[in-house]
Amino acid sequence: MSETAVRVRGLVKTYGDTKAVAGIDFDVYSGEVLAFLGPNGAGKTTTVEILEGFRDRESGEVSVLGVDPAIKGVEARRWRDQLGIVLQSTSDVAELTVAETVHHFATLYSNPRDPSEVIDSVGLGEKRKSRCRELSGGQRRRLDVALGILGNPKLLFLDEPTTGFDPEARRAFWDLIRSLRADGTTILLTTHYLEEAEALADRLIVINRGVIIDTGTPQSIGGRNQAEAIISWNENNSLQELRTTTPTHALGEIMGRFGGEIPELRVRRPSLEETYLEMIGSDES
Amino acid sequence: MNQKLPSLLATGRSRGGVEVRQFMRQRESVVFTLMFPVLLLLIFGSVFKMNIVPGVTFSQYFVAGMIASGLVNSGFQGLAIAIPMERDDGTLKRLRGTPMPAMAYFLGKAILVVLSTVAQIIMLLLVGVLLFHVKLPINANHWLVLLWITALGSAVSTLLGIAFSSIPRSGRGASAVVTPIVLVLQFTSGVFFIFNELPTWMQYTASIFPLRWMTQGMRSVFLPESFSAHEVGHSWELGKIALILGIWLIIGAVLALKTFKWERSR
Repeated sequence: MSETAVRVRGLVKTYGDTKAVAGIDFDVYSGEVLAFLGPNGAGKTTTVEILEGFRDRESGEVSVLGVDPAIKGVEARRWRDQLGIVLQSTSDVAELTVAETVHHFATLYSNPRDPSEVIDSVGLGEKRKSRCRELSGGQRRRLDVALGILGNPKLLFLDEPTTGFDPEARRAFWDLIRSLRADGTTILLTTHYLEEAEALADRLIVINRGVIIDTGTPQSIGGRNQAEAIISWNENNSLQELRTTTPTHALGEIMGRFGGEIPELRVRRPSLEETYLEMIGSDES
Repeated sequence: MNQKLPSLLATGRSRGGVEVRQFMRQRESVVFTLMFPVLLLLIFGSVFKMNIVPGVTFSQYFVAGMIASGLVNSGFQGLAIAIPMERDDGTLKRLRGTPMPAMAYFLGKAILVVLSTVAQIIMLLLVGVLLFHVKLPINANHWLVLLWITALGSAVSTLLGIAFSSIPRSGRGASAVVTPIVLVLQFTSGVFFIFNELPTWMQYTASIFPLRWMTQGMRSVFLPESFSAHEVGHSWELGKIALILGIWLIIGAVLALKTFKWERSR
């Protein structure tokens, strides 16, 4: 089996006069969680929907689990049998119960997971007899994920999975994603929440205006690991701030001046969010 | 790897199951599709108590027409409204992302159409016989005609409904586009009015569309043989009906396959 679950080279898609995707290259490795970041209209959804086989591409090479997503017929069915797709919010199956919905979708796959176990694993065990229209936004989203993982996918697409979640539900959801990853599922995640990308992703791709502006781990992206650290403390009742590439050395000097506890001491690196906004900002200007 | 995909028949049956279940749970769809024709029969049957020719009551004529238009209600009207709504609410896109064969979705719809059509016919006949002395067909041949016109008519109606589903631009607007079309066809095809009494131009126009031929076929089942002399063609023209519905079947199949959209146009 190949080590690359998704391979994209020179992908281009134009709508009218605008290049939604302007020639991008990237790989998703088997077993990793890759997060796609970028502002609205950056080309994330277009790219992901091309990979999912929902949209045609204009040019470029795309291979998803070794297959061109433009495939048709029974080969397309075999290919889709190995994918899990969680779309942005939907409102279908309103009149079915959770259990009916999951059991129904299980009939469409060659090798489905046990529907009851899947319902439990997304935390909807107590809701199995509820009609889908009665679910809250977060529960509805967990149902979407249940349907996405039901077919035992090798590759799972998650499009903004936690929009509208409260913090507790989001943590529970992250645990679910981590357990899928531990089972060996490759996951391609798009999200607006940088905290989520940092918590879940092995690697990040930042896309803006149809091109990839950086790729890396959550720790290294945008040169974050080499960026200036910020040391702040309180001295003579005013907040001092020092930006430095050698924080250990600088801290030594400050400690020497105080000879004891340094009031309100903080040493930090730029957050992923700050780094990201910096990257998008400097790309726009 | 053991990857034996579920068959078209199995997935189609599974789709049919959820289609029927969802249909039955939406009170509007049950009332509108199943009860509305019965309500119309109650109104028309109570108002028009005369004989249209000696020995044939208006109710007898009307039941034949309502059964024919039931084929159009369940198939064409039902699907041309429901599919755009499912396109909007994400049903179609979600299914498209699974290994389900596309044909299974249509098979599921067809199962729903057949069941709701049969339910409609039974209710109309029940109310017709119990309240308006409607006479049921007496010989097996008539029942056979009822069967093939129902089967062929439903198939035409289902395919045209699938084809038409790509025309409404949103699910919410669909019924405003579809309902008037069905209503006009009902008025001009011999459901609410006696077909041979309509202006000639109206008869010609309606004769392009399938409903006019379905009503005539149903009249051959429910009206006495002598009534055929009052038809525009002075006979039941069953061969011609089969031919015209057959042509519409092909048109419907081609349009449905060529125009079907899984997503809203962007």
